[in-house]
Amino acid sequence: MSWKSRTFLACLIVGIPAVAAADALAPADVKFDDMSVSQSLTGQPGDPVKGRKVFADRKLGNCLACHAVADQKDQLFHGEVGPELDGAADRWSEGELRAIVADAKMVFSEETVMPGFYSLNVGADVRKNLVGKTILSAQDVEDVVAYLATLKE
Amino acid sequence: MKNKIIAKATAVALTVFVPGIAIAGGPVDDELIIDGDINMITRAAPPEGHPLDEVLSGWLYRTEETRMLETDTFENPGMLEVEDGAELWNTVDGSAGKSCASCHGDAEESMAGVGASFPKWDEASKRPINVELQIDKCRTEEMGAKAYKFDAPEQKALTAYVKNQSLGTPVAINLDEGDMRSWWEKGNEAYYTRTGQLNLSCASCHEQNNGNYIRADHLSQGNVNGFPTYRLKQAALVSVHNRFRGCIRDTRAEYPAAFSDVLMALEVYVTWRGTGLSVETPAVRQ
Ligand code: HEC
Ligand code: HEC
Repeated sequence: MSWKSRTFLACLIVGIPAVAAADALAPADVKFDDMSVSQSLTGQPGDPVKGRKVFADRKLGNCLACHAVADQKDQLFHGEVGPELDGAADRWSEGELRAIVADAKMVFSEETVMPGFYSLNVGADVRKNLVGKTILSAQDVEDVVAYLATLKE
Repeated sequence: MKNKIIAKATAVALTVFVPGIAIAGGPVDDELIIDGDINMITRAAPPEGHPLDEVLSGWLYRTEETRMLETDTFENPGMLEVEDGAELWNTVDGSAGKSCASCHGDAEESMAGVGASFPKWDEASKRPINVELQIDKCRTEEMGAKAYKFDAPEQKALTAYVKNQSLGTPVAINLDEGDMRSWWEKGNEAYYTRTGQLNLSCASCHEQNNGNYIRADHLSQGNVNGFPTYRLKQAALVSVHNRFRGCIRDTRAEYPAAFSDVLMALEVYVTWRGTGLSVETPAVRQ
């Protein structure tokens, strides 16, 4: 059995996505160039349908805690801490959106309250079981970016 | 007892009530008058050095239904635990055969205004103490009784009873005693320290974003003048250190022990931020 198909089988058995974490860029290796991350974090295209769910899921992106977006009117309670995201893809390129989601501090400023979703630049006393972990997986970020890219007016 | 059941049922019904999509808007323009005759101060001029233009009670950020519950002593579900506190005040406990009343008499007289001035410097332990720790001091040193466990129902009830004797009195703590200022400094530092995987400080939510909704929650200035507070979500009184720990936990951080140095410092600092607001104990929050 080839290495590839073995990984594929292993993924099926434990039910994790076919893109193993090993293929993803480590948070420290993500390159920010002029407020943009041009390279996909996984080398795989993002899935906007999954990204829409990650965006709303309180345990994952929970982006709705801070941002309202008309596309998700079906969800109760949109936050007001950040700007409304209608038309976000008209204002930002895909690379910029990836940079904002991966580490907003690299785009806005150290002062922003938006968490870095694929960054280990975190606050003090991180809960023990989360040390060294990012809020979202690399593929979650790609999925969210693919979803944001659909937000055009 | 019957009252207790009705009030708890009301609380549950209100928690289930869904206000619909959140609408923008800061604090409401409303006045808190309790039982038609206690005029509460819910907006105050900030003490010198305060970062905000106006100090506002969390009451102004709650829904009309929640606000109403606080205007009437009989409807305020937190008053049931305050009544438990009144009973404890008069109950003998410990080897010395004393109750709180043995030393302090009628709480309505001896405790009037007292709750508004805590945390206070405690020369013996060389640190600030809050009402909970003062009660423990009385229990262990005067009554020969054990200190309460953190958040024991008796601790919350008695603390709320003592603070309720200051209902309406403006919060004013004395930073000139002992080392209070250095504790204020430590609390100030903690307030602006970002914690957890979400990398947020108290200021991220309560200073920069009060008046904004964070998902379904309308962010207030995070003042402590209403503690212990009746939370509809929990259908019980919630202590100030419990609230601090909850907010820190929400940043996905490890949270400090109750009454630890960092939480006492934070209580000194956050209490100061609410200077001038009426004590609302037991406030009603969502
Ligand atoms: C705790 C609050 C918070 C959370 C959670 C949050 N954001 Fe943000 N976001 C902000 C703030 C605030 C800004 C504006 C930049 C600033 O002022 O610092 C922002 C800006 C943005 C922008 C640029 C908006 C524009 O049009 O200028 C995008 C895109 C964005 N966020 C996407 C997301 C996504 C996707 C998630 C979830 C994976 C998310 N945000 C989670 C607070 C948040
Ligand atoms: C991620 C956002 C967030 C952070 C960070 C946060 N809080 Fe809160 N806090 C809330 C929410 C939401 C509530 C409930 C709504 C309200 O009263 O503001 C709340 C309520 C409170 C209350 C109760 C206010 C009242 O009127 O009853 C206090 C006190 C408080 N917070 C203090 C703090 C302190 C101190 C810190 C830092 C150690 C902190 N908070 C950090 C979100 C936060």
